[in-house]
Amino acid sequence: MFKGIKDWLLNLKNEGVEQVPDETKREFLKIGLIITGVFAGGSLFSVVSKVAEGLESSEELHKSYPYKPHYSMVFKIDRCIDCELCMEACRKTNHVPDYGWRTMILRRYDESALDQKIMFMPILCNHCNNPPCVRACPTKATYKDKKTGIVRMAYYKCLGCKTCMVACPYNARYFNEEKHAVDKCDFCWESRLSKGMTITACAEACPAGVRIFGDLSDPGSEVYKLVHQLAKPVWVLKPETGAKPNVFYTIS
Amino acid sequence: MSEKKNPVVTEGEVTTFSQIWLTSLLEFLSGTRTFYFLVGIAALVVLIAAMFAVNAMYIGYRHTYGVTREIPWGILISGYIFFVLTSSGLCIVSSIGHVFGVKSFMPIAKRSVYLSVVTIVAGFMVIFFDLENPFRLLIWNTLSPNPTSNIWWMGTLYGAYLFFMTLEFLLLLLGRHRYARVFGLLVLIFGIAAYGNLGAVFGMLYGREFWYGPYMPIYFIASAAASGCTAIIFFTYLGYKITAEKMDRAMELSLQAVGKIWALFLTVLMFFITWKIITGFAGGEGKVLALKEWLIGKYALNFWLFEVGFGFLIPFFLLLISGFKNLNQMFAASVFAFIGFFFMRFDFLVVGQVVSHYFEFKVTDFPVILSYNPSIYEIMIIIGAVAFCIMAFLVGEKVFKGHKTEIH
Repeated sequence: MFKGIKDWLLNLKNEGVEQVPDETKREFLKIGLIITGVFAGGSLFSVVSKVAEGLESSEELHKSYPYKPHYSMVFKIDRCIDCELCMEACRKTNHVPDYGWRTMILRRYDESALDQKIMFMPILCNHCNNPPCVRACPTKATYKDKKTGIVRMAYYKCLGCKTCMVACPYNARYFNEEKHAVDKCDFCWESRLSKGMTITACAEACPAGVRIFGDLSDPGSEVYKLVHQLAKPVWVLKPETGAKPNVFYTIS
Repeated sequence: MSEKKNPVVTEGEVTTFSQIWLTSLLEFLSGTRTFYFLVGIAALVVLIAAMFAVNAMYIGYRHTYGVTREIPWGILISGYIFFVLTSSGLCIVSSIGHVFGVKSFMPIAKRSVYLSVVTIVAGFMVIFFDLENPFRLLIWNTLSPNPTSNIWWMGTLYGAYLFFMTLEFLLLLLGRHRYARVFGLLVLIFGIAAYGNLGAVFGMLYGREFWYGPYMPIYFIASAAASGCTAIIFFTYLGYKITAEKMDRAMELSLQAVGKIWALFLTVLMFFITWKIITGFAGGEGKVLALKEWLIGKYALNFWLFEVGFGFLIPFFLLLISGFKNLNQMFAASVFAFIGFFFMRFDFLVVGQVVSHYFEFKVTDFPVILSYNPSIYEIMIIIGAVAFCIMAFLVGEKVFKGHKTEIH
C-alpha cells in the first residue's frame, strides 16, 4: 500500500517556481515573515509587539491591534519638497506659538551622496506604543489614549518638570507658555478628529501627498496598505529605543 | 576614658518643645557681631537670589533660563541633584552611628541630621524654580499619581524623607533617642528608596543612551555617600573653627572614621566612572559622541580639572597624606571635593543631553552636539541655595550650641 506512495513521491519532478504566480510567492513569503515577526524590514515589531508571538492568520493579526482606530501616519519621504505648508497648517490649526513646533521638516544633507545631496524628512510625535514620555510623567499629564493610541496631554496636570521632554527620543515636545504646559502633536485630536474630521491638518495641507494619515487596524486604509507590503522599504526612526513608533517612513 | 568630663556633653537638657524654641531664640539673640554680620551677608545673598528667581518666574523661564527644547534640564536640576545627594549622603553616613549603633560615628549625628534637613530644603528651593508649575505639584502628585514614573516616586519619597527627618531632628533635640533612632531608620529607608529613584530617573530613560542602564541608582547611592562624607568633614571642621572651640577626642575619632569611608567611596566612584567610560566606548554612536564631548570636547576642562582633579585625585591625595589624622588636610580635601562634585553633577546632567536627537541622519537643522550655557538667573538661584545652606549652618551652630551630643 505504502509502496505505491513511495514510488509516486520518488517519481515527482521539480516543477520549478517559474509557474507560480507572484501573488502566491508573496503570500508565501509573508507567512514566513509574519511567523518570524520580521515584516517590512523588521518594522512591524513597531506596529504591535504581539506579532512576534504568533502563528496567527493575518485576519487574527488585524484584530490584535491594541487600538481601534489605531491612528498612524506614513510619510512618503521622497515626495517632500520642504514647502512647509504642513507646518503652517499645524500652527494655525493648533495655535502653535512661533517659538515651538509640533511638526517640522528636517533637512538631511550628505555631500558624498551619489544622487541628490539633500533630502527632507518630516517629523512629528511618533505616538509610540511604548512611549517613554508617558512612563516618565509623574502626574499622568501625558497619557496614551486608550481608544485611539494617540499620546495626548491633560494640560492642567502638567507640572512643567520637563521629564517628558528629556525622555522623548524624537524631540517632539516643547513647553508652551500660553498653555502653561508641555505641548505636542496629538494628531489634531482636539482641533479636528474629535470634531468628526478624519484627517490631520498637516496631511490635508500637504500638496505632494507626503503625509498619509489613517487607521492602521483597518485593512482598507491606505496606511495599512503602505505598511503591510514588501515591495517597498518601510522603516521607523530610532527603533533601537524600543519605543515602538506609529509613524512610518517609506518611499513612493 | 578619664574622670575628666567630656566637654561636648551638655547637661540640663531641654525636654519640651517650647523650651527648644525659647532656648534657641535666646541663643540666636546672644550672638557676636561677627555672627550677625556673616548671617546677614548670607541672608542678603539669599534675598538677592530670591529676587532673581521670582523675577524669572514672572517673566517666564523661556526668556530667563539657558535651557532649551533640546536640553530642557540645566544647572538647576544638576544643583538639585547636588543638594539632595549631599542630604542623602549625610543621612547614610550619620545613620551608621545613630541608627546602627557604631559608637565612633555617634558624635557627628546631630549636626549631620540638621544639615541633611538644610541641604534637602535647599534642593527643594532650587527645583521649585525649575518647575514651570510648582503649585500644581501638591495637587496632581496626590490626585493623579503615575506609579511607573521615577520622578513621582522620587518626589513622594523625598517628601516623606524630609518629614521624618525633621521629626527625627526634633526628637534628637528633645533627647528622645530611642524614638529618634526609629525615625532615623525610617528616614534611611525612605532616603535610599528616594535616591535609588533619582538614579532611575536617568537610568530608565531608554531614549538617552548616556544615562540608560541599571547601574545608575547604585552609582547615585555611592555618589551620595561620598558627598555626605565631604559635607560632614567640611561642616564639622568649620563648626569648630568658627566657635574657636577645641575638638574633643571623640569627635576627632569620628571624623577620622568618616575620612576612611570617604576614601572608600571615592575609590568606588572612581572605579565606577572608569568603567562607565570604557564600556561606553564599546556602545552605540550616540554614547560615544557624548563621551567624547565629556572627555575631550567642551566639557574636558570640567572633567579633567574639576571632576578628576578636584573631585577625586586631590582629595584622595590629601586624605592619604593626612593619614586620616590631620584634620586641616582633610578639611582642604573636602573643599576641593565639594567643588569637584558640583561639576560632576553638572556634567553628568548636561552631557546626557548634548547629543542631538537626529544626529545619525546628518540633518542640518541641529548641530550634532548641542550646547547649553546657564543664564545669570540660573546661576544666581544656585548661589542663593548655597548661601541658604551657609546661613542655616551658621544659625544652626549658634542656636543648637554646636550640635553637642548628650550622654545616652
